[in-house]
Amino acid sequence: MAEAIEPLPVRLKVNGELHERRTEPRTLLVDFLRDQLRLTGTHIGCETSYCGACTVLLNGKSVKSCTVFAMQADGGEILTVEGLAEGAELHPLQEAFSEEHGLQCGFCTPGLLLSSYQLLSRNDRPTDRQIRKAVAGNLCRCTGYQNIFKAIRQASEKMRDETKAAE
Amino acid sequence: MHPYPFLYHRASSLSEASRLLAELGADARLLAGGQSLIPLMKLRLASPAHLVDLNFIPGLSTLAEDGDQLQIGPLVRHADIESSPVARRIPVLVDCAAGIADVQVRNMGTLAGSLAEADPSGDWAPVLLTLDTRVTAVKDSSERSIDLADLVVDAYTTSLAPDEVISEVQIRQPGPGSGGAYLAYKRCAQVYATASSAVALTMREGICTGAAVALGSVGLHPRRIASAEAELEGRAVDAAAIRRAAEAAREACDPQADMRGSVDFKRNLVAHLVEEATLLALRRSRGEKVEVEHIYG
Repeated sequence: MAEAIEPLPVRLKVNGELHERRTEPRTLLVDFLRDQLRLTGTHIGCETSYCGACTVLLNGKSVKSCTVFAMQADGGEILTVEGLAEGAELHPLQEAFSEEHGLQCGFCTPGLLLSSYQLLSRNDRPTDRQIRKAVAGNLCRCTGYQNIFKAIRQASEKMRDETKAAE
Repeated sequence: MHPYPFLYHRASSLSEASRLLAELGADARLLAGGQSLIPLMKLRLASPAHLVDLNFIPGLSTLAEDGDQLQIGPLVRHADIESSPVARRIPVLVDCAAGIADVQVRNMGTLAGSLAEADPSGDWAPVLLTLDTRVTAVKDSSERSIDLADLVVDAYTTSLAPDEVISEVQIRQPGPGSGGAYLAYKRCAQVYATASSAVALTMREGICTGAAVALGSVGLHPRRIASAEAELEGRAVDAAAIRRAAEAAREACDPQADMRGSVDFKRNLVAHLVEEATLLALRRSRGEKVEVEHIYG
């Protein structure tokens, strides 16, 4: 086990920007994002695939980036929390989390935002039950979840209004 | 947390993956979704020297129908099954797929990987044991078909050779008058079930002409419970028969006491799950549309 393992190339489009780096095969996607690309918005919580703080979208689907090797994502598109806002303008989900107090310490928030993003990109009118199921893989130790559910509901309304206004 | 270092091999076909496994020997593992393997590697409970990645082989994510058979490719994720209109024709598949862990895990984890890992607490094996399920495996350039009941041998042990790779899982859609349901009891979304039960019934003129009752998480591997099935087959599935089937399952299961509960608790749970799953299967056999969700404690 002592011999060095040769790093291999990984190409990822992260928040629209293409990156290519060499990394060890055992590098997890979350470490690749945080250490090699310096995108530290994606958090490492439990490290055991429970808490969902490291959730990012890989090719439009939410994954726990601590449970995916960077090599598995090679050639893929990633969305992290850094890719949600447009310049200084927060994403409606971020606004709603702020307005509804959907966070306290904020550690779980990047993951919850990405899980909520996946939900709302597929279902613009989720029921309470669907909201709960969608974030079952994201633990929050502060809020008791109620304000998170409210925030997601508020964001779905905002996003529907925006879509309507754009039509 | 970092796994031990390993050498990474990207297979371009299943035959190549099989040849790589043969060449690299016992210290090589396949990587599909990785939702069981990667957590084990991070805790260093597993430390393969080689990983053979299947994720870049084209054409393995097909979920298709051929006559009354559903064909599931080795990279079909739980979430693909959860949202597939084709899979919906066998509702018990959706019960299972939609309840595995959480959204993120379902987006990566695969059905074939779950069968190949053969975790005693896996969700798919008990469900698929109640259906006519066959597994096709590739070895180098040859192929064989295995009945699922012959695939599951023991805890974490299948009858697959070390260099055999699952290339497809085939599930036959049960005929008219059939219904099935799967219920798992979980403490929360992310954990394995404390106990689970899948039941499939075929009813003709009020009499049960075929019954399958399988249990998961309460023995070294998921298995069918013949004594419970015998209480249902050839009879009207009334409350008394269902009660007897549930009691038979309570007797036949082999749970271990652990942090999820005592042996007595798990036996009670098994009886309850078999009873509820049988009632749901019966309603579905009559054509009722029933939403089934896992029970979270």
